[in-house]
Formats: sequence, structure tokens, C-alpha cells
Amino acid sequence: MMEGLDDGPDFLSEEDRGLKAINVDLQSDAALQVDISDALSERDKVKFTVHTKSSLPNFKQNEFSVVRQHEEFIWLHDSFVENEDYAGYIIPPAPPRPDFDASREKLQKLGEGEGSMTKEEFTKMKQELEAEYLAIFKKTVAMHEVFLCRVAAHPILRKDLNFHVFLEYNQDLSVRGKNKKEKLEDFFKNMVKSADGVIVSGVKDVDDFFEHERTFLLEYHNRVKDASAKSDRMTRSHKSAADDYNRIGSSLYALGTQDSTDICKFFLKVSELFDKTRIKKQNITSNPDALPHLQLPSESPPPAMKIEARVSADEDLKLSDLLKYYLRESQAAKDLLYRRSRSLVDYENANKALDKARAKNKDVLQAETSQQLCCQKFEKISESAKQELIDFKTRRVAAFRKNLVELAELELKHAKGNLQLLQNCLAVLNGDT
Amino acid sequence: MAAEREPPPLGDGRPTDFEEQEDGEDLFTSTVSTLESSPSSPEPTSLLTEDVSTNSNGPKPAEVVLDDDREDLFAEATEEVSLDSPEREPILSSEPSPAVTPVTPTTLIAPRIESKSMSAPVIFDRSREEIEEEANGDVFDIEIGVSDPEKVGDGMNAYMAYRVTTKTSLSMFSKSEFSVKRRFSDFLGLHSKLASKYLHVGYIVPPAPEKSIVGMTKVKVGKEDSSSTEFVEKRRAALERYLQRTVKHPTLLQDPDLRQFLESSELPRAVNTQALSGAGILRMVNKAADAVNKMTIKMNESDAWFEEKQQQFENLDQQLRKLHASVEALVCHRKELSANTAAFAKSAAMLGNSEDHTALSRALSQLAEVEEKIDQLHQEQAFADFYMFSELLSDYIRLIAAVKGVFDHRMKCWQKWEDAQITLLKKRETEAKMMLANKPDKIQQAKNEIREEIEEWEAKVQQGERDFEQISKTIRKEVGRFEKERVKDFKTVIIKYLESLVQTQQQLIKYWEAFLPEAKAIA
Repeated sequence: MMEGLDDGPDFLSEEDRGLKAINVDLQSDAALQVDISDALSERDKVKFTVHTKSSLPNFKQNEFSVVRQHEEFIWLHDSFVENEDYAGYIIPPAPPRPDFDASREKLQKLGEGEGSMTKEEFTKMKQELEAEYLAIFKKTVAMHEVFLCRVAAHPILRKDLNFHVFLEYNQDLSVRGKNKKEKLEDFFKNMVKSADGVIVSGVKDVDDFFEHERTFLLEYHNRVKDASAKSDRMTRSHKSAADDYNRIGSSLYALGTQDSTDICKFFLKVSELFDKTRIKKQNITSNPDALPHLQLPSESPPPAMKIEARVSADEDLKLSDLLKYYLRESQAAKDLLYRRSRSLVDYENANKALDKARAKNKDVLQAETSQQLCCQKFEKISESAKQELIDFKTRRVAAFRKNLVELAELELKHAKGNLQLLQNCLAVLNGDT
Repeated sequence: MAAEREPPPLGDGRPTDFEEQEDGEDLFTSTVSTLESSPSSPEPTSLLTEDVSTNSNGPKPAEVVLDDDREDLFAEATEEVSLDSPEREPILSSEPSPAVTPVTPTTLIAPRIESKSMSAPVIFDRSREEIEEEANGDVFDIEIGVSDPEKVGDGMNAYMAYRVTTKTSLSMFSKSEFSVKRRFSDFLGLHSKLASKYLHVGYIVPPAPEKSIVGMTKVKVGKEDSSSTEFVEKRRAALERYLQRTVKHPTLLQDPDLRQFLESSELPRAVNTQALSGAGILRMVNKAADAVNKMTIKMNESDAWFEEKQQQFENLDQQLRKLHASVEALVCHRKELSANTAAFAKSAAMLGNSEDHTALSRALSQLAEVEEKIDQLHQEQAFADFYMFSELLSDYIRLIAAVKGVFDHRMKCWQKWEDAQITLLKKRETEAKMMLANKPDKIQQAKNEIREEIEEWEAKVQQGERDFEQISKTIRKEVGRFEKERVKDFKTVIIKYLESLVQTQQQLIKYWEAFLPEAKAIA
């Protein structure tokens, strides 16, 4: 069920890497390369095989692999977020939880309805569902990979100890998922944070750059959210339309085989056009920051309406996933700004406290040290934040460019393929009559 | 009442006549319904069935009918019903046989505008056809258009009037181009007249478009929204297809009712098409009776051809229904896709606005425009999906129902014949018993009676046999014709549909090609 479709542009070529943020250069890539070489899906969980290649002295070996689960990724992400030192960086957004529920449900329903359809139909639908499952699976692998690669590419984060442990420690990290109590705590924390965020955002920033970034990010984030949702809906309708083509194809085929007149040839030819004998979904690279992906052997041109399914799958990849990823990234950027504003507020409060202390001449030293700390923290954050935000923009522009170009190219390719098939079919049909 | 008529000289018998006379009494002897036998039509030319004393000046409520559900239950029996409206009498009673012109209904192939091929799978009367063609001297050439839907009247009494335009070179029409205004119930009236005359002798009469309360009510109420305009358009197209199919049938084309429908500027209102009228209710009861009847008739099929064909049509029906369901789903999803694409386009435009990198912003706006155009494309494609593909399928599903109805009529015909034979047998037994009983005085009178009855039934048996053979023959021809039509229809429509798909793809290519340089230009 694999196929390659214009794999060229999907590959992270050297030039694309050049478009990335300036912190990343080729050398550091050689120093630490992370990817997910394998993944296994079991009942409830997915086990990722994280493979590292590194020339750094910190690691015992140059190349090694460990098995990790989704919770461990989340643990790593959270450890970054909670680490004060990283307050000034955009923390790469955590990969979403692998969600096979919908797919599993469908497979189950299919199993239950097995008696009511013909063997052909059953195998076909089963194949379809399996392909869907595979597609979701590939996507989740890719997203986890993106996360790791971003961390590995970040000059500061890549040095994080937790990260190294994550990569190297070949036992289970014993990171249990959060139990109910902890989830509740998280929930409250989030509420407090957003309330705080509102307060903090009221503070006008001295620095124009940050002020501009803040307004921009706020608006951008909301619009990306909207666009992402709509794009999702669009790709889903596209997919249902493509599925309908599939069913039409099989009905036409049935008509063609049963009909006694010479129209049966006609029907059969048209059903070829519509039919999907196998589901093809394009290989997944949802990572807009681009990573090497599993290459698949290419295949002979498929029937036209298989192309419809491909179109919807490509749209899903290039557009919807892109938007979804940037939704998360812009959230992360917003978080950075929030942290900075928070520290600014703290700094200003510390200043006020210092002034008060000086006025009262009490605990001056304490106030001074705390003010110093706040000042340092704030400045540190500001500095790195500025760079991060600039990088974010560069990354974003590059990613959009890449994906939009690829989207357009793929759409063109599919439309042309479709056109040719339709024209061929018409030629045959017209020739017959 | 059962005055038999002479078959016209040309030969194979005018099945229509005989059926009309006899069916009034005999048709439903084996069925439950007693309504038919109840005294009804006083006319000598009473036509098949089930009818009505009450309706002619019945109340004329608004055209809205409330029985769509019930009609759907018995959908396949729709065509079997006919109405006996007083308006029809002047046309019919004046001629020896209602649906006639000298041309007998044997032309299997209607010579079309394009080709005059005479190849057909089943032809019994080749020679006669040739004679008829020469006699006619016409190329089959008639074009019908239904256009200009116009709302007439107000409120619940409002209706849509359609303009029916005919262009023809046929000699039977007085002019070569003419048009009239008709309303939906007129079409239904035409169909029921044709059905009553031809269905029971084995002709496949194309079914009329279905009634729809919801659609019509919206139109009447005056809601000027897209769904009611869509409804009107859908109906207009359906009426056009209906008429075109009807005139393609060589026998139906000769029918004076059809001619009157096409030509005369004033048409008596066909009130019997209203479901709430007495006729309507009668219809429903009869449909129920028919459904029961069908289950009880066990026919010894001597002709394998019929069995085969029936099975084929059964399968075809199933397949078409499935296909139709899928195509309808496609139409629905495509419309959804179009709406979602439009929403996405707007969203992308907003995103482009808020993006502060100018080149990317421009590219995003371009993307939004492309998606908007694509949305339009999808909408148009959805229309094509629907009007070409989906409607064709639903037309054929209804046509196949008509075909099945014709087969059912044949069964009934056989049943009649069987019953006549059984009665004859009984009468003969009675006679034989009488002969043995040996009571001189009473016997003579009874014997005479019995003798008479036997003769009567013998004639009926013969008639039944003739009818059965006739209907079988007609059906064979009709089915052959139907198959040809079907093949042609499907091919034409599917090719047209594929061409529309080709167009869509070409447009898509244009749009994306325009977008690509913009995307590449993002620095």
C-alpha cells in the first residue's frame, strides 16, 4: 500500500535546510541526528523506536536506539516547559496523542456488518479502512519525529539533560501518564495561566518589536485556528466525495458484469475509471519543518478517481497539517511572549518593591537582589525571545512556501492525470459507439 | 357491454379494444376488490378498471396532494391505474378504437433522426413495418422542449405553468412549430390516459414525474429561495425528459390524447390526478389489491424468455437503485465540499491579511481566491452530477417499474385465460352431468342455457388465449425497444457526464497553474 508520489520535493533537501533558522547549520545536524526508525502499534499504545546518531561526547555510543511511548514524549515536553531556564525559547509543541479510536470503531463496525455485504465489498472496505489506519499511524509517527528533530536542532534545547536521557536510557522511563488528580491540577494551572495571561497582556510593552509581535501573534493564532478547522472540514468532504466515487465504481462494475446488452462493456470501462482497486493514500510528511521520510516505491498511474482520493489526502497533508502544526507553534510562541510579559511584570513589581523598600529603608538588600534577578531574567528572556520570534517567522515562511508550492504542484499533477484518464476513457467510449 | 369488435384489417388484432371490453368485468375476478364490478362507467368504451362514479365534478382543491407517502408505498403500481374522466369521452367514443390510427403498434424501431437502422432483436412484423413507413412517409422527427416556468395565481391555488414547445416535420400535426401552456396536473393527466390505454396491452408507457408536496407548497407560498427555484428547475427538466421519452415511442406518438396535449391551447383540467379525489382513493385501494394479487398468482411460465427477462429487470432494478443512492450521496458530498471550500477560502483570506510577511500574505490571498474559484467549480460539477447522472438513474428506476408493471399485466392476462378455461371446464362438467341425469322437460331448457354458456366461455377462452399471445408479443417488442433506448440513453448521458468532469479538471489545472508562481515567489 505504499507508493511514492513526487518524493522529490518532500525530501528535506539541503537547500531547504538552509532556509531554516540561522541557528541551525549543517554541522550541528551531523552532531546530533534523531529520527524514528520504526513504530509498532499495539492495542492501546504506539511504541516508537527512537534512533540517534551522534558524534557528541555526551553519549556513550555513536549510534543507538531506544523504544519510547507517547507519554514519554509528553514528559519530555513538559520538562522543557517547566524549566525556568528555557523560559526564553519557543518550546517545540508536543505531538498530539495518537488517536486511532475513530478508525478502530470503523473497523469494528465493518466486522459486525460483515454478513450483510458481498465478499468483494467487504475486502474492499477492509482495505480502505486499513489504509486509513495506516495513514493515521504514519502521521502520528511523523509528528513525534518532528518534535524530536526540532529539539535536536535547537542549539540550547539539544543540550538538555532530560533530552539525552530520553534518547539514550534504554529502560522504561517510568513516566506514567497523569492520573486524575494531576490532570485536575493541570486544568487549574491552565485556568490560572490564562487568567494571568489576560492581566499580563494588559501591560503595554516598552519594546515596539514585542508589542507588534504580541498583537500579530494573537490575531494570527486565532486565524490559523479558524483556517485549520475549515481546511480540515474541506479535506474531509473531499474524502467523502472520493469514497462515493469508489462506490459508484463498484456499482458500475456490478452493472457491467450483469448486463446482457453491449452496454456492459461500456459500464465496465467507466467503472475502471471510477474504481479504486486499492486505496492509495500518500505517504506522510506532515512536518513542515521537513524531515526525511519513509520513501515508497512509485506505482503505475492509478485509475482516475483513485486520484480524487489522493487529491484529498494531499490537501490534508499539505494544507491541513501545515495549518495544524502552525496552530500549535503559534501557541508556543504565544506562550513565550506570555512568559516574557510575566517576567516583565515581575521585574516591574520588583522595581516597585525595591523603591518601597528603599523608601522605608527596610529589607533593601533583599529587594535589590530580587530586583536584580528579575532584571536578569527579563533581559535574558527578551534577548532570546527576540531571536526565537525572528526564527519562528523565517521557519513559518519557509514552511508555508514549501507546502504551498508542493500543494499546487500535486494538485496540478493530479488534475492532469485525471484529465488524461478521462480523455482516454472518452476516446475509447466514443470509438465504441 | 362486452361487445367485441372486429380487428382492423391490418392484422394482428387490436388488443386495446378487446381488453377494454372484457376487463371491466373479468379482470379482477380472482382478486379481492369488488369495487370494479360495481356499476360505473356507462360508456361503451369503458377502459380498464377501476372506476369512478364520483369524481368528475369533484371538489377542486389545491393541487397539493397529501398522499405522497401512500403513493410511494405502491409506487410500482402507479401506472396500472387509469382514470375515466368524462372529459375523455368525446375523444374516445368517436372512434372505433381509441388509440388508433391506421398504423398498428408494431414498429419496433422508431426511425430516429440520425439513423434508419431496422435491426432489432425481436421483430414479428418486419414487412408490415416497411409498409407503414412508406405509408407514413415521415422521418421520425419531433423535438419537444419544456420551458419558462411561470407562477400563475396566488396562495394555495397557485400553480406553475410550463410552456411546451413542439417542433416537428411529422404530417400528423397541423403546424410544424407550436407551443402551449401546461401545468403539472396536465402532464399527470396525459400519463394516466396513456397508461390506461396502453399499459395493460403490454406497452411500456414512460412514467410521469412524481408529485412533491413540499416542493410545490414552497413555490405556492412564494418563497423565492434557491431551493424552490431548484425544485422548479428539477421539475421542468423532468417534464421535458418525460415528454421526450413519450414521443419517442412510435405507438404513443400516434395517440390523439398526446396530440391534443401538445397542440390544443385549452386542455380540460385533469382533476382525477388529485389524490384526494374519489379517483385517487380508488387508485390507492386498487394498488393495494394489485399488490396482494401479484403475490397470489402462480403462473406457469412456458416461455423461458419472459422468466429470464423478468429476472434481468429485477437485477437491473436493484443495481440501479444502489448506483442511484451512491450518486445522490456524491451530489450531497459535493455540495458540502463546495460550502466548505468557500468557508476555507474566506478563512485563508483572513489569514493572509494577518500575515505580516508580505509575499506570504499575498500568496495566501491568492490561495483564497483559487479556493473560491474551485468552490464555484464544485458547485457546477454538483449540478452536472445531479442533472445528468442522478436524474437519469431515477428516471430509469421508474421506467423499470413500468416494465415490471407490464409483465404483471401479462400475468393477469394469463390468469384471466386460465380462469376462463377453468370455468369452461366446469360448465362442460355440468353439461355432462345434465346429460346423464335424464330428466326430459327441465333438461331441455337447462341444456340450452348450458349450451349457450359453454359457447360463451369457449369464445372467452379463445379470446383469452389470443390476448395472452398478443400481450406476450407486444411485450417482447417493447422490451427490445426499451433495451435499445436504455443503452443509447446511458451511453449518451455518461459520455456527457464524463465530458463535464473533463471540463472541471481542465479548469482546475488553469487555476493551480496560475497559483504556482505566486507560491514560488514567496521569498
